[in-house]
Amino acid sequence: MKAQIRKNLCLVVLVLSSLLLHAQDNLMSLLEESEEPDTEYTIATFKSTRLMSGQSVEIPAAGVLQYVINHRFARITGGFYNIFGLDNATMRMGFDYGISKRLAVGVGRSSFEKTYDGYLKYKLLRQSKGAGNMPITVTGFAGMAIKTIAWPEPDRPNYFSSRLYYTFQLLIARKFNSDLSLQLMPTLVHRNLVATRADANDVFALGMGGRYKLTGSLSVNVEYYYLIPGQIVSPVYGEKVRNSLTLGVDIETGGHVFQLMLSNSRGMSEKVFITETTGSWLSTNIHFGFNINRVFTIIDKHNKK
Amino acid sequence: MKKVFFCTAVMLLLLNHVVAQKYIARNGYIGFFSATPMENIEAHNYQASSVLDVESGEMVYSVLIKGFEFEKALMQEHFNEKYLESDKYPKSTFKGKILNIDELDLSKDGIYDVEVEGDLTIKDVTKHIKVMGTLQRKGDRIIAKTKFPVRVADYNIHIPAMVKDNIAEVVDVEVKVEYKPYKK
Repeated sequence: MKAQIRKNLCLVVLVLSSLLLHAQDNLMSLLEESEEPDTEYTIATFKSTRLMSGQSVEIPAAGVLQYVINHRFARITGGFYNIFGLDNATMRMGFDYGISKRLAVGVGRSSFEKTYDGYLKYKLLRQSKGAGNMPITVTGFAGMAIKTIAWPEPDRPNYFSSRLYYTFQLLIARKFNSDLSLQLMPTLVHRNLVATRADANDVFALGMGGRYKLTGSLSVNVEYYYLIPGQIVSPVYGEKVRNSLTLGVDIETGGHVFQLMLSNSRGMSEKVFITETTGSWLSTNIHFGFNINRVFTIIDKHNKK
Repeated sequence: MKKVFFCTAVMLLLLNHVVAQKYIARNGYIGFFSATPMENIEAHNYQASSVLDVESGEMVYSVLIKGFEFEKALMQEHFNEKYLESDKYPKSTFKGKILNIDELDLSKDGIYDVEVEGDLTIKDVTKHIKVMGTLQRKGDRIIAKTKFPVRVADYNIHIPAMVKDNIAEVVDVEVKVEYKPYKK
């Protein structure tokens, strides 16, 4: 009986002392219990609104204006005489603006075939965890390009509508962890005018790509667009059309993102790099290029409230 | 057997008593300010939670790093992605004790100076800190306020050379939390 009491007493002392010892931990667990789960949205799936050549799921934040300068140089096979293509650049200048948390608009002008482009991007789904669980981010992209270069044959009837190109994409991405993000891009490019009857006006492609962060400010990116075979039979500028492959890095500083890349595509609008890529990686017919993004906060959060 | 019942009863009573002395705060405010000649940066978080035990003076805080709101979206992204790595370290916590709790009479309305000592954890680095603040009794509420400096480098937060002139080495942290009596 005595032993029993002693045992009980020991137990009580033990429990009490542990209660006292861990009072703060108890407060902490009490705090955690009382917390209601929140929906936590994934941020920064990619550093830039472009993966490399094409779009990423990202859009500028609401009230943020992004100034974008893109350059693509001539083929590196030009050698030192053309300083590996740098002598000959095509460039695109553009602006993107975040209208809301989900909607952004962009306009730009590229020196390649004097092309103007404009687009809307809308975030349909946002990856999140917690109270609301969503495994992926999905952004819809609808764009239009107008090729304004003078007609090669001005004497035959040329229509304005023949200058127009349309692109529709679903950008589907998942940030697997803080370093790795992958993206799929089912794409439709509509071309009002094509070279021959055998060439499709509606070209379907499947893009895929991703990024891996090496440090907080540096990531390696890859982007590939697979063209469903048999849609484009005519050569472009005398060369066979190929799938677009771009490899590069993102370098982030305070308010800029620099994207440096090597690609077998020279264009900066979808209709060019998806349906008119002719370079071959195997024969190193590739181009050096870069994108520079600079953001300006036009409407800050305090003003909006 | 009787003893066991007795012990259990005492413990239950004790626990009950402990619960009655607790105050809880949700949607508390934690902000920080970084001032340099180049620019001033501030961030505000209105989702801090805390529990205060007015009997023992023990207090704990917990705040989600992602809940800090910056003026510029890009700053917020960099804060989460590069500096605090909020995916890996989602929360910051403080576990501490009001040293002069026995000298306070919190049953009367008024503002009381307090000295708090405890462990601040940011990015999985824990440092022992001591801060001065106030507790204000206002009806059934208790309002806690404090301001203290935090040296960024102490908590494994590396600021790249490129933006070193824009971010202060020591930021001022401000806390304002309103407690209600805790009810089970």
